[in-house]
Parts: sequence; C-alpha cells; structure tokens
Amino acid sequence: MTTTTSPPVTDTSHVLEVADLSVSFRTEGGTVSAVDKVDLRLDAGEIVGIVGESGCGKSVMAMALAGLLPASAHVTGSARLDGSELLGAKESTLRRIRGRDIAYIFQEPMTSLNPVLTVGRQIGEVLQAHEQLSRARARTRAIELMNLVGIPSAHERVDTYPHQMSGGLRQRVVIAMAVACGPKVLVADEPTTALDVTVQAGILNVLRDLRNGLGTSILFITHDLGVIADIADRVVVMYAGRVVESAPVQDLFDDPRHRYTAGLLQASPKPDRYAGSDRLQEIPGLVPVLSTHPDACTFADRCANASAQCRTSEPPLVGYAGEPQGDHLAACWHPNISGHEENAEER
Amino acid sequence: MGRYLLSRAWQSLLTLFAVVVLVFLGIRALPGDPARALAGEDSSPSALKAIRHEYGLDRPLPVQFWKYIEQLLHGNLGVSINTGSSVDSMLATALPVTFELTALAMLIASLIGIGTGVLAAVRRGKPVEWFANGFALIGLSVPHFWLGLLAILYLSVGAGLFPASGFVSIWSSPLDNLHHIILPAVILGTGLSAVLMRQTRSAMVDALSADYVRTAKAKGLPWRTVITRHALRNSLIVVVTVAGLQLGELISGAVVTEQIFSLPGFGKLTIDSVFRRDYPVIQAVVLVTATAYIVINFLVDLLYSVIDPRVRVAGKDS
Repeated sequence: MTTTTSPPVTDTSHVLEVADLSVSFRTEGGTVSAVDKVDLRLDAGEIVGIVGESGCGKSVMAMALAGLLPASAHVTGSARLDGSELLGAKESTLRRIRGRDIAYIFQEPMTSLNPVLTVGRQIGEVLQAHEQLSRARARTRAIELMNLVGIPSAHERVDTYPHQMSGGLRQRVVIAMAVACGPKVLVADEPTTALDVTVQAGILNVLRDLRNGLGTSILFITHDLGVIADIADRVVVMYAGRVVESAPVQDLFDDPRHRYTAGLLQASPKPDRYAGSDRLQEIPGLVPVLSTHPDACTFADRCANASAQCRTSEPPLVGYAGEPQGDHLAACWHPNISGHEENAEER
Repeated sequence: MGRYLLSRAWQSLLTLFAVVVLVFLGIRALPGDPARALAGEDSSPSALKAIRHEYGLDRPLPVQFWKYIEQLLHGNLGVSINTGSSVDSMLATALPVTFELTALAMLIASLIGIGTGVLAAVRRGKPVEWFANGFALIGLSVPHFWLGLLAILYLSVGAGLFPASGFVSIWSSPLDNLHHIILPAVILGTGLSAVLMRQTRSAMVDALSADYVRTAKAKGLPWRTVITRHALRNSLIVVVTVAGLQLGELISGAVVTEQIFSLPGFGKLTIDSVFRRDYPVIQAVVLVTATAYIVINFLVDLLYSVIDPRVRVAGKDS
C-alpha cells in the first residue's frame, strides 16, 4: 500500500512533477501542437485545478501522464510520479501504474462505464488486476468502496448495471473505481461537467472527503471557474497549450495577472452584477492553433494590451513585483498588477 | 428476465401458428389436384373419389385444417408420395446431417470471423488488417458452390485428403464422420466467416474508441482483458444479430453444399422432393425450415439478454 512516511529523496515533496511537457499530433495538415512546454507540480494531499477553454490542451496533458493518448501523439518532456518517470516508460510498467498510482475520472459518466458489466464487477476489476484479489473478495471491497463514495444501499447496487443508475451515482461509481487501489494522484477530467448542479456539489464533496481522508492528490480539470473556486487549493490556467498563470486559488480570483485570466473572470457571471444591465465581457477572437505562434504570446491576438514585444517573443512564466520566488506566476509581458499597471520593465 | 423470455416465447408460438396456416393454405392454393397426383394420370373418377375421401380432401377447408393440426400435434407429417415411407422418418435421418453441417459451419465461421475481425480492428492499418480484409472480400464474392467444387477437385480428388462425397453417422464413427463433414462445413462457413469478420471488425473499431475502453485502459487492466471483456463483449451484441440472421442463409447454403458433397441431409431432401413434386415432403420441409428460423430468432434474442443487460430491463418495462 502507499505510505507517505518514506523520506523525500529530493528537497521537494511533490507527488507529481511535470516539466517541459509537450504533446503534438501528426495530422494530414502537418504537426499540430496541443500542449507546449507545460510545467506543473502537485503536492501530497493537494487539489490543483487546471482551467481553460475547450481545446486548450488540459485533457491531452492529463492523458499524456499515464500514456493514454493514441499512437499519433508525440509526447516529450518529463512527468515524475513519486520520483519515477512516466513518460517513455514501458507499456507494462505503465499498466501497473495506471489505476494503482495514478487514476482517472472522466467527464461522461454515461459512457465511461461499460454497459454490459455490473458496476461491482467494474470496480472489482481494478483490485483483481492490481492486488490479485479473488473475484469474491473484490466484490466485497467494491461494496466498501461504494459506501465510501456515498452510494446508498451499496450491497444491492453492486450487482446492478450502469444504465440502472442516475448520472450522479454513475460518477460515484467511476470515483470508487478510481480510488480502489488508493492512488497517489487522481486525475479528474471535468468530472462534474455533465451533471446537475446539486449532483455536482455532492461529487465535489466526495472528492474533498477523499483528499481529507486518504490524502489523495487531485488534478482537477475543468472550464468552470465556480467549481475551481469551490475545490482547488491552487489553480493553473492554460491557454492554447501553455500555462499562462499559476497561483493559489484566492490570489488568482483576487488578483488575476495574466490578461487572459482577467478576461476569463470578466466572462463569468457574478451575483453582484445585475442581469441585463451589466453585460458579461467576452474575450474577442478565437483560441489559436498553437503551431502558428511558436515565438509569441499565444494570447496576443485577442489581448487589448498587446504590444510588439508580445508578438515577437514568448513571455516566461515568472513571479512579479518583488516576489519572483512567490507562488503566483504568470506568463505575460504586460501583467495586470493591482496598483501599478503595465510595469513590465520592473521585472 | 423471465417475463421477457415468456413474451418472446409467446410471440414465437404465434408466428409458428401463422406459418402453419400459410403452409396449409399455400399447398392448397397450388395448381393441380393432389388426388390426381397421388392416383396417377389415368385414374377413374371413382378411384379419385376414394382417394379424396381417404385423405379428407372432400371435407370443408376448416375441417381439413383441424385434421391437419391434429396430425401435426401428433407429430405425423404424412407419407411421401414418392417413396411411401413416412415423412417423419425421412426427416429424422436427414435433419441430423444438416444440423451437424450448419452447426459446424457456424462454429468454424465464428472462430475465424470473430478472430480475424478482432485482429483486424486491433492491428488497424497493419498488414494483418489488409490480409483480413482481402480474405473477407474473397469470402464474400466467391460463390461457395464453386469453392466446393474446387475443394473436391484439389483437396479430395487431387490430394486425397478428404472424401469427395458421402456421409458416415456420428454414432457409428465420430472420427470418420468429422472427416466427411469438415470440408463441406468449412466451405459452407466461408461466406459467413467473411460477413462476421467485417461486422466484428467495424464493431470492434467503434468499441475500441469508446469511453469505457479508455476507462478500462486507465484502470490498468491487461490489454487482453481490455480487448476481450470490454471491447469484444460489447461488439458481440452486433455480431450475434448478424450471425442469427445469417444462420438462415446457412440453411439455404446447406441445400447447395449438400448437393455438391452428396450429403444425405435436409437440403438434399428438399431438392429431391421439389423435383419429384412430393407434396407431403415439401410441406414438411417448408414447415421445418420456418420453424428453424423462428427458433433461431428466439435463441438470438435469448443470447442478447445474456450479453446485453439493457435488453432484460427493456423486456421488464413492456
């Protein structure tokens, strides 16, 4: 079983450390980059939210971690799970890691469960594969896990099929499946997007409880800033395959530095704005294809503050204004810093 | 589940009854007088009358139908005009041969078809897939009577590997029986295996890109388990339907195959009875064929509910 008592080899206690991760796909129209030099870390028991529009590469990045992308994907960089490298690892090694050390929850609970197997069987499978449990033992554990994620009358539901359950219950089954072997990292890819708001709150509670109870680190991918505010400790904002801002959740909402983050927050409804009288700000333009902007800020074409510099060189992801070692980082030549605007020269 | 099967069984029985009515009326709608056919061309009116009376042909149609049903329920299908022996006994010797032939053909076709279909889907874009597709194209386009003749010419007569014709009962010598029937079964199964291969391949390609297969992979299941338990099991829902429908084709294919390999089966009985205008036998043959179709369909539905749990619930609701 996983223990957290082993002394850290390096000075960092990061469970997951992603460095310089890039993913590109070979297509008929040439190579398209989906993820570009992403750095990311996840500490033990931490929930990091990854936020961005559809197509910004957040899911591809997550899938790349456990080698779940199709063969047409070209992945470079490094992703270390508890010190051991995942990228480029042998398929047999990855197979043992998947589901045991790093587990996934996907967006669509309607389709991500196999329709012809009972939910108990599908949960038990993970245990049979990784812990060599007998089928009967796996079933008993499946009931325990279903109880853990808050599925009522689990001992009856264990033998039912996915189509006999509601979306919220199915997603709980998916979560039970994911946490069956006590993974170090749980990747939740839009786990609440397909669900009603009330059901969504329940799922978020389950995930929070798992973090608090089992110490599971969670990479929470969503495009919903409200969900991020609710559950994440830290937020990573992605735009067109790159990380544009990374900050503790409160800092990000109080003080968004990247122009894109600020735009995202402007585009989200708030209760203190009156409906109808105060329109939401949209970000003009569309998300670009990354391959067209190798040496520029990817957001430059849609940014009101863009300068010539933004179009000719890529801004690094750094801290600002006297806190270069801080944990609020942004990749912007003209960051939105409260008090003193546009002071890129200060850096 | 029980209720679902019950309702399907009831539907099957109704269909069967409709078939019996159709066969009864159909045979009576045929041109020509069966009494004359029985008695011969130059028979006297009194002889004809006697025959009509003997077979109940002078009674009103509903009464005839009732008699017919009564005989059927007693398992009495009549007497062959040609040989004078009972149709029951003719069927009893012919049916096992055809049953064995089609069952074996089905087994071979399923093994080859599903196996290559899975391989083609898993090794997409690789030589294995081209090979499988080529095999399917040949299997579909080459008529199996011609394939059968080729097989007899080269494998039986040429290489002497198999007997060219004839049949040995499985009860007298199982090995000899297999030796006689394996070649016809393979030939009969080629077309079906090609159909099954294509269906399996496309269903597997769909399944392999399905979310639940991604989930299975993300769980760290062995690749073989992902393929068989997750992808294939779902693909089989489609494949079983097609196999069931094709089983009918197999029966008509058996008619030709049995003729080529001179197997004393149901197909040969059918052809012989048609050529000899042996009405009682034709009637029985049509009835048996229709019954076989109904039973196959019932079994396919039964298999559905085993493979796909959603079908069971649908039956419960209705």
